[in-house]
Formats: sequence, structure tokens, C-alpha cells
Amino acid sequence: MSVRPKAHSLGPKPPFWRDRAKRALIFQALLIAAVVVFLLYIIGNTQDNLAARGITTGFGFLTNTAGFGIVQSLIDYSSQSTYGRTFVVGLLNTLLVSALGIIAATIIGFTVGIARLSPNWLIARLASGYIEIFRNIPLLLQIFFWYFAVLRAMPSARDSYSLGEVIFLNVRGLYVPEPLFESGFGLIPLAFGVAIVASIALTIWNKRRHEATGQRLPAGWISLGLIVGLPLLVLFVTGVPVTWDVPELRGFNFRGGITIIPEFLALWLALSIYTASFIAEIVRSGIQAIPHGQTEAAQALSLPQNLVLRLVVVPQALRVIIPPLTSQYLNLIKNSSLATAIGYPDLVSVFAGTTLNQTGQAIEVIAMTMAVYLTISLLVSMFMNWFNARVALVER
Amino acid sequence: MRDNKNKWVLLTSAAALALGTASLASANTLQNTIERGAVQCGVSDGLPGFSAPDDQGEWQGLDVDVCRAVAAAVFGDAEAVRYISLNAVERFTALQSGEVDLLSRNTTWTTTRDTTLGLNFAGVNFYDGIGFMINRDLGVSSAKELDGAAICVQSGTTTELNVADYFRANDMQFDPIVFDTSEQTVGGYEAGRCDVLTSDTSQLAALRIQLSDPDQSVILPEVISKEPLGPVVRQGDDQWFNIVKWSLFAMLNAEEMGVTSENVDEMRNSEDPDIARLLGQDGNYGEGMGLDANWAYNIISQVGNYGESYERNVGMGSPLQIERGINALWTEGGIQYAPPIR
Repeated sequence: MSVRPKAHSLGPKPPFWRDRAKRALIFQALLIAAVVVFLLYIIGNTQDNLAARGITTGFGFLTNTAGFGIVQSLIDYSSQSTYGRTFVVGLLNTLLVSALGIIAATIIGFTVGIARLSPNWLIARLASGYIEIFRNIPLLLQIFFWYFAVLRAMPSARDSYSLGEVIFLNVRGLYVPEPLFESGFGLIPLAFGVAIVASIALTIWNKRRHEATGQRLPAGWISLGLIVGLPLLVLFVTGVPVTWDVPELRGFNFRGGITIIPEFLALWLALSIYTASFIAEIVRSGIQAIPHGQTEAAQALSLPQNLVLRLVVVPQALRVIIPPLTSQYLNLIKNSSLATAIGYPDLVSVFAGTTLNQTGQAIEVIAMTMAVYLTISLLVSMFMNWFNARVALVER
Repeated sequence: MRDNKNKWVLLTSAAALALGTASLASANTLQNTIERGAVQCGVSDGLPGFSAPDDQGEWQGLDVDVCRAVAAAVFGDAEAVRYISLNAVERFTALQSGEVDLLSRNTTWTTTRDTTLGLNFAGVNFYDGIGFMINRDLGVSSAKELDGAAICVQSGTTTELNVADYFRANDMQFDPIVFDTSEQTVGGYEAGRCDVLTSDTSQLAALRIQLSDPDQSVILPEVISKEPLGPVVRQGDDQWFNIVKWSLFAMLNAEEMGVTSENVDEMRNSEDPDIARLLGQDGNYGEGMGLDANWAYNIISQVGNYGESYERNVGMGSPLQIERGINALWTEGGIQYAPPIR
């Protein structure tokens, strides 16, 4: 950090220990060497200790049969699967709840953050009430609240709430019909693809036309209509090549359809609502960071209020919003490990919990689990940094 | 300069930690325990009858009595115990890392645990098996009727494995709802999240009396596995292993010889050579373990024999009311059998 004195150009060269730059280099090299030696020592020491105590080490356990059940898995899993597979099942469950949590928290957070600045007194107060309540209650308590308080209010499987006898809600979760696709269904993803391409073309054309003539179409709405409408149209033209596997009560529980377990619902709700309260504050501060003159200038151009927000305020606010938003996303992902408290089968619960305990391979299992969270967090950071660079102020 | 200094402090303290771990491997548990002045005993996180604090905050139970017996043998004082409550997931790591000297926490003796975790099982203080508890209203009378049930189970237990095996062997399906602690597991069962609560039958009895309406739940007759529960120590310290093992055996032998906490003082004058050896009147059988000759006398006078402990904590004299069954002595038709002291 300090400014280096200029080396004397005259006279004999000073010995290397008097040269600050070289001294710094030597000390850094020594420090790195010390750290490496230390790490090697720690690893060797741990291995010696494990061997001395007769504790089996290595990753061989990953191919052994797990022997326990997992209530929710996105891939095929049975108690005959391996411990390695329990890792994948747990990882996917963590990713599922994190991804859906991030989406929901972003939507709620942006809505509440903008509502907080609303000139409407009631809306602004409701939004700030939301933020103060959910930001100030520990997440674990919120998870327990959603799980136990709401779960206990649900009826038993036999007295489920039902919607048209196809969707059921009870203490065991939400049961919805599962679509089973028949031949001819392939046209629908195709229609979806066509709609997306058409929307992109429309947006580009609209932009050019706007620049050339000053006229604009509501391209966003038309695209939305295309993307939703075209596949639906094809669906009906082809005679709906889908059958539905409707859940029905057999024995103890509902069978068939898709089951959304209450552990997932509770965790997802709690994570989304809690993180959204922080995101709302981030969005508010981002918008307030934009000088009011920008809004006034836009209004002076007689832009309607929604365009002022969309074209002038939000793009500038994003630069302020994205870095802290990244932290919130990372928090949400890491907080999803609280799942273990209510029995949602996430990575920590399934792998760092049950698998660790059944195999006793604490060091390997914890190392793998930490590596996973580190990798996910780094990937999210990388993506958000890239996104941040994209929206950064472009100097012209 | 300041930065470098901070790094150096960090580095040396981390090195000290690693060195600490290294010296632990060669540790002498008895020596450490004596220096500390108390046995550090890992117990469950609250299971009435086995280990749970009573209304005075004193730990009580069959597993707690093993901790107290070891303390009585080592210090002559059954109160010299520091209890550390551990859930199923934490227990082995706590023992391996030296956080506890002894794990007395209804832990099933299995091959994997005995051979790959660096642990030694020091005997069996309760022979158990897995059972199922279910709401009376569901009208189920056998575990064979549980196809499709949602089952609440505690994470990291042999129960989690044995239940999966049982359902597969009987070609039935189930949804495992897995919680970390027994408290959460019972909470899930009471909230109706699952139809069935499964655990060792002794635990089911203990958990059942904690329910708001115990009579609403029944324990099904099937016992689907062998679950020998007992105290566990670290491998590599045979002296400590012997102390824990023989503390338990002393309690069993005392019951067999009819020595109780009530009559132990008069029994010291007994002519019976077995009793004289047990109570240190003939020879010193504590010497080989580094204990004094009164080790068993201290256990029996302060903790009682196995039968007394059983009756007080889980037997007919307790709210759990679990019959002796196979936990009776071999002389009474059970399978509890301790090697002789001689």
C-alpha cells in the first residue's frame, strides 16, 4: 500500500534485505510455505488420529446400499439405492427449494419494496408493516410457525379439503393430478418454441419501428399472449393428448398424482417471505438512491408513470440493488439447510444427517456438504456479478 | 505489519488446536477424568426412564445410572458426572472427538458401529426391539396392515434402516417422515403428519406417556428387530473400556447375588465368597482397572443393583411400566448375564 521510495540510481546496489519490495516478497513466500506445511500437517495428523482410533476413512461408502427411505426425491430413489444417490437426492431437493425460494422472494420483495414507496398511505404502511414483522422474527421460528401452526390446522387425510375432487389439501400435503403425456404431445413444446422465437422477432421489430417512427406496440403483452396462447391452441387442436393421474384416497393416504409435502411448503414459504422482507428494503433503498430529478425529468417528457419506473428509475436502481441482492440469494440458499428442523429432506438433513450417522464418515460427508454449498454460492455470485456488469453504468 | 501480526496469532492458535487434537489420540481417559473431577457422559436429549431431567433438574434413568455407576467406581461419588445431552446424529462424533468419555444413550450395538466408527460397545443394559405406535382410531391391529402409511422416525437411528427393511421384506410401501430429535418426531405424530410413530418399544412407551392423550395411541404387537442397547466408549483405551464394562457387570452380578443398595453394608460381612469378592472383602478386583477395592461397593450403595435401577426407572415402579421380559436375569428366565467377578 505504501509508496515505495525510488531506488537510488547511483552508488552500489543495496543488499536484498534492505530492499522493501524484495523483503515483502520473501515474507509472503515464507507465509505461503508455512500455510502449506501447516495444511499438510493438519491432514496428516487427522489421518493418523482416525487410523489410531480405528475409524474407517475414504469415499468407498458412497457405493454402499443406503437402506433408508426418503420421502421426496426428484430422481428414482429407493432404500436399495446407494449413499452416493442419497447425496444427489438431497442436493436436488436443496436446489429445488432454493430456486423456487429465490423466485418467490424476488417477486414478493420487488412488489413490497415498490409498494413501500407508494403515495397511497395504506399500501405504504402495509408494506412497511410486512417488512418490519418478517425481518425481525428469526427464520427458524417462522419455519416452525408455517410448519406446526398451519399444519395442525389442516384436516386429516380422510376429511381433506378438495377442489373439484381432483386437488386435495390435508395434513399430509397438497395433492394435485399428474399429467401423463400421450403421443402427439411433442407438438406442444414445438409450439412453445415457435412462440418464443416469434416473440423475440416481434420485440426486435417493435424496437426498430419505435426508433424509426416513434410508435410502439405493447410487445410485452403480445409476446405473453403468444407464448401462452399458441401452445394452448395446439393443445386443443390436437385433441388434448394428456391424461391426468388424479390422486385418490386408498388405505392411509392419497395415491397417484403429485404430492407436495408440507415440509416443502413450510420451508419454501418461510424462506421466501423472510428473504423478501430484506429484498424489499434493498429495492426501496435502490429506488431512493435515484435522484428525484430523474423522475421529474422523465415526467417532463410526459412519460406515463409506469414507463417512468420501467425505463428511467428501475434500470438505474438495479445497479444499487444487485450487489446486496446477491447476498440475500446466498443467504436464502444457505438458510435452506434449516430444513433439517422440520424434516424436509434437503442435503443437510439427508446427507450430512442420516448418511453421516449411518456411515460415521463425518469428515468426508461434512467436506462434501461444505463443498456443495461453497460451489453453489460461488456459482450464484459469479452469475450475479456478470449480471451486475451488464447493467452497470455504460459511459457514452 | 499489523495485518501480519494478526495472521501470526491466527496461525499459532490454529496450530495449537491441531496439536491438541494430536495429543488426544494417546489420551488416557481415566487420567483425564480424574483430573477433571467428573465423568463426561453423553446421554439422550430427554427420554423419560432412560435419561431425562426430573422436576428438580436432576438427570434420572436407566442410562443415567450407567454414568453414575462409572462415576461411583472411579471417584466413589455417583454425583461426579457431567451430563451432555446429544441427539442421534451428534452422538458418535461427540464420543470420537473426545467431547464425552462415555456414551450411555440407548444406542444399538451393530457391526458397522462396532467396527468402523472407532467405538467399543461395553455391554447391553437393555435388550430392545423396534415397534410401532398408532392412533387407536385407525383400527389397525397388526404392523402387516401398515401398507402406504406415513411413518415418523428419528434421523440417524437403526430404526430408520430396520423399518425400511421390514416394509421391503413384506412388500409394503411407506413414507418416511424423518426428524432430528425425538421431541420433533412426537410433534409430527401428534400433528397428524404421520400415521405411525416408530422407535424401540421402550422408547415408544416413554414417548407415549408424554402425549396429551396417551390412551388414544396403541403400540402394535410386532417387534421387528433386535436392538441391544448399551454404553459405548472409544476404541484404543482398554482400561477405560474395562471400567465401563465392569461397572455394568457389577450391577448385574449384585442383583444375581441379592446385594441391594439397602443391604450392601450388612452383605459386606457375608460369608459367600462371590459377594466377598464383589464387595472388595476378598482380594482387590479393582486394581486391574486402576480403581480401589471398594469400586463395586460404591456402585451398589450409591446407584443400586441392575434390578433396582430397572424397577425405579422403567419397570413397574415407574410410569413406563415395562415388564422385565428378556431383560430379566438368566436365572429368572431372561437373557441378562454378567461374567463372574474373580
